[in-house]
Amino acid sequence: MDAEGFHLNISLVGNSGIVLSPERRAALETSLVILQNQQKFNRVFFWGKILGIKDDYFIAQGVGDDEMMDRKTLYSTDCVTWSLVPQATTAMKEQCSVVKGRFTGDPSYEYEHTEIKRIGEGEDAQEEENTITIKEEDRLASVISQVDEDVAIVPRGAYIKAPSGTVIRNRSFQGLEIHDAVKLSSYFHFREPVRLNQKSLLDKADLDKAIDFLDAIDEDVPKRSWSLQLERGSGLIILRSLLWEGLTFYHVPGTTKYGYMYNGSGEMNKDLPFML
Amino acid sequence: MSTTDEPEQQPPVEEAKPETPKIASPVGTPVAVATPRGSVSSAQNVNLNLNPKEAEFTNAKAFLLTASTKTNINLYDHLSKVISNILDGRPANAVDIFEDISKDCKRDKFISKVDTIQDKVDRSTEVELAEVQKPLFEKNTDEGADIEVEEDNESPLPNLPELMYNFEQADVGVSREEMVRIYLALKNLVDNHPLQSCRFWGKIIGTEKNYIIAEVEYREGEEEEEDEEEEAEAEEQTEKEDDEAGEEGEEAEEDDTPKPDWKPPPVIPREENRTGANKKTYFVTIEPGKMWTKLPPVTPQQISVARQIKKFFTGRLDSPVISYPPFPGNEANYLRAQIARISAGTHISPLGFYQFDEEEEEEEDSEGRDSFVENPDFEGIPVRELVDPSLSNWVHHVQHILPQGRCSWYNPVQQQEDEFEDEEEDEEREEPDEPEPETGPPLLTPLSEDAEIDNLPPWSAKLSSNLVPQYAISVLHSNLWPGAHAFGTEKKFENVYIGWGHKYLQDNYSPPQLPPAMEEFPSGPEITEAEDPTVEEEAALRAAQQEAQENAEEMEDVDEDEDEEDV
Repeated sequence: MDAEGFHLNISLVGNSGIVLSPERRAALETSLVILQNQQKFNRVFFWGKILGIKDDYFIAQGVGDDEMMDRKTLYSTDCVTWSLVPQATTAMKEQCSVVKGRFTGDPSYEYEHTEIKRIGEGEDAQEEENTITIKEEDRLASVISQVDEDVAIVPRGAYIKAPSGTVIRNRSFQGLEIHDAVKLSSYFHFREPVRLNQKSLLDKADLDKAIDFLDAIDEDVPKRSWSLQLERGSGLIILRSLLWEGLTFYHVPGTTKYGYMYNGSGEMNKDLPFML
Repeated sequence: MSTTDEPEQQPPVEEAKPETPKIASPVGTPVAVATPRGSVSSAQNVNLNLNPKEAEFTNAKAFLLTASTKTNINLYDHLSKVISNILDGRPANAVDIFEDISKDCKRDKFISKVDTIQDKVDRSTEVELAEVQKPLFEKNTDEGADIEVEEDNESPLPNLPELMYNFEQADVGVSREEMVRIYLALKNLVDNHPLQSCRFWGKIIGTEKNYIIAEVEYREGEEEEEDEEEEAEAEEQTEKEDDEAGEEGEEAEEDDTPKPDWKPPPVIPREENRTGANKKTYFVTIEPGKMWTKLPPVTPQQISVARQIKKFFTGRLDSPVISYPPFPGNEANYLRAQIARISAGTHISPLGFYQFDEEEEEEEDSEGRDSFVENPDFEGIPVRELVDPSLSNWVHHVQHILPQGRCSWYNPVQQQEDEFEDEEEDEEREEPDEPEPETGPPLLTPLSEDAEIDNLPPWSAKLSSNLVPQYAISVLHSNLWPGAHAFGTEKKFENVYIGWGHKYLQDNYSPPQLPPAMEEFPSGPEITEAEDPTVEEEAALRAAQQEAQENAEEMEDVDEDEDEEDV
């Protein structure tokens, strides 16, 4: 969600139960401006909120020249002081995937995880307990990057790939038409494409290289993992991810108003196949 | 000149430009009209008198002047228009937005002035919804006089804006415009039904539509009147079903299909309206302004199955719930069961706001009391104490639902003594014939008694503001039912639920295992495979049979003799 015109954008997702108190809205409007200036970001996004037991994390992202790759994430518990989230590495994500349960709200909290390894074979097998500690800050970083990877989406045509390879906002994007906006194929994952390279040449023949450089979400597995709703008749498109419950994407058809926001517990919905 | 004013009706028109290069020549100043091919050929004719450089120039220009077969414009005109636009407008960083200007120019040219479907009224879904919602905002002028009279009576309509304002302080709620619409829709509900109390229960998000839920109580005795019609319909349906069942029964006799000897567990009757899990009635709508639909009362079976499944709501009340174990009913029943569970788990009030009715206290001491009244002497609890982590200042004011699916325990052995319950929780019992009554925490139990599951505290209590704590309110978020919230100020409190309608599970959901397959036949000698007898055994058997036969014949003779004697 773009921090510019924040109070307007947040009202678009209000019907999904995402509401911020006036105090927090005011604090964010002030602190995000300072953040943009200090960190020399081109733009700042309010990414969302991860609910903890004791405290909630508020998360913001800033982008540089390349909107996709040049992206930094920051978190705050009071909406005023922001700290940088460490870069999530693959090893870190793997380590954090064993943690379950809710976030506590204290970034220095350490989860303990005991792994039981079997050494040797047959009767000589010995069980060795290996306890690792995982910092909540690391878990936060890995969850944010996972959410971005899985469900961060943009409308088709909102971003273009410049000849230099950088991904920039498409100035001439006028918003999706309503008949396109109700199709899942008009929304793209905002990440390095994975499925695009696996497509056959025939499938890729009709693609516009400047625009269709991302994966469309209609091929997501499982099918129906997105819930698309029209609000206000057809004046507002709301897309909710059922995989990461709490992620809400909004788009007002025919305008450049679009964005997403996460408001949830920071846990992936692994029960999804049973729930459809 | 007039031809250029209507570009879309123009035949392929080209401008034969003068030979001297003229940049940014105004568009639409044709000196002579010629087709592209004509211009090329004329260029070739002129070519004879030109030097090679000039000839190249004219050829290139002729190419630029070639009209597109699709859009009927040519690049030369387009470029000159773009350049003149840039020079007129003088935008900063013109080179960066060059594509946009080019696009705009093309778009300008192709805006149709005459639209054949211009007069058609746009009936988009947006307009339709707005028309549905418009009556909400219209003041009811016919009953204007009545309203003034009624103002003296206590209206059951809550002050929703105030309550939602409090929730908004705690990052909970829906957008304000939506809230006003819900408020007006509730007003509509109150006007059309004889209600004693009414409140906004919450919103459950579905995959296609969302449910907005109102919790109401009818005035004494008036619900039955409304129910009568519904029951009449229901009876008709059951009659039909009976007929069908009868037909099926006949067929069954003809075919003589084997019948399973499995007997269903005894049906536990649902609680009467106004008691237990059916204490309140719920209305639901998918969009404020549309019809409110009354949800059917909940049965214990539905609650116990709802505890074992986890499904997304779709937003269509009549859609089937496909699950294992099979859910008895459709989504309306599932929704009602979840509402009952959420209410029982998360509806809380400050300690002392409600008290038991002292007159009834003695009568119902043994069974556990199920009714309470508002405490007129409630002093209010300071906000500081309400957010105390022990949470002993908050109490549940909705009855706990027992494992059986009822709030008050029902003894299934009363009627069917030889059958026992098939409930999960009952398996531990030693003697199934004498089920122990299930008990839960009594009404108005403090939250401090709530069980902690896997180190997860069931509630998170927070102050709405850390900057100005003296005016902050206390807010409780449920961790067991994510989306359930309560706020409390000195004397006011309210509960609301906005979420997906699922209970929090720390571990993954896994559906209950299928029971082992039933035996088709009881195992016995008839169907047990045995070794074939040897020749000797057969011979021995035959000899024995023969002997037996002879004996029998002798016996028969005796019998016959006896018979004859009898006659």
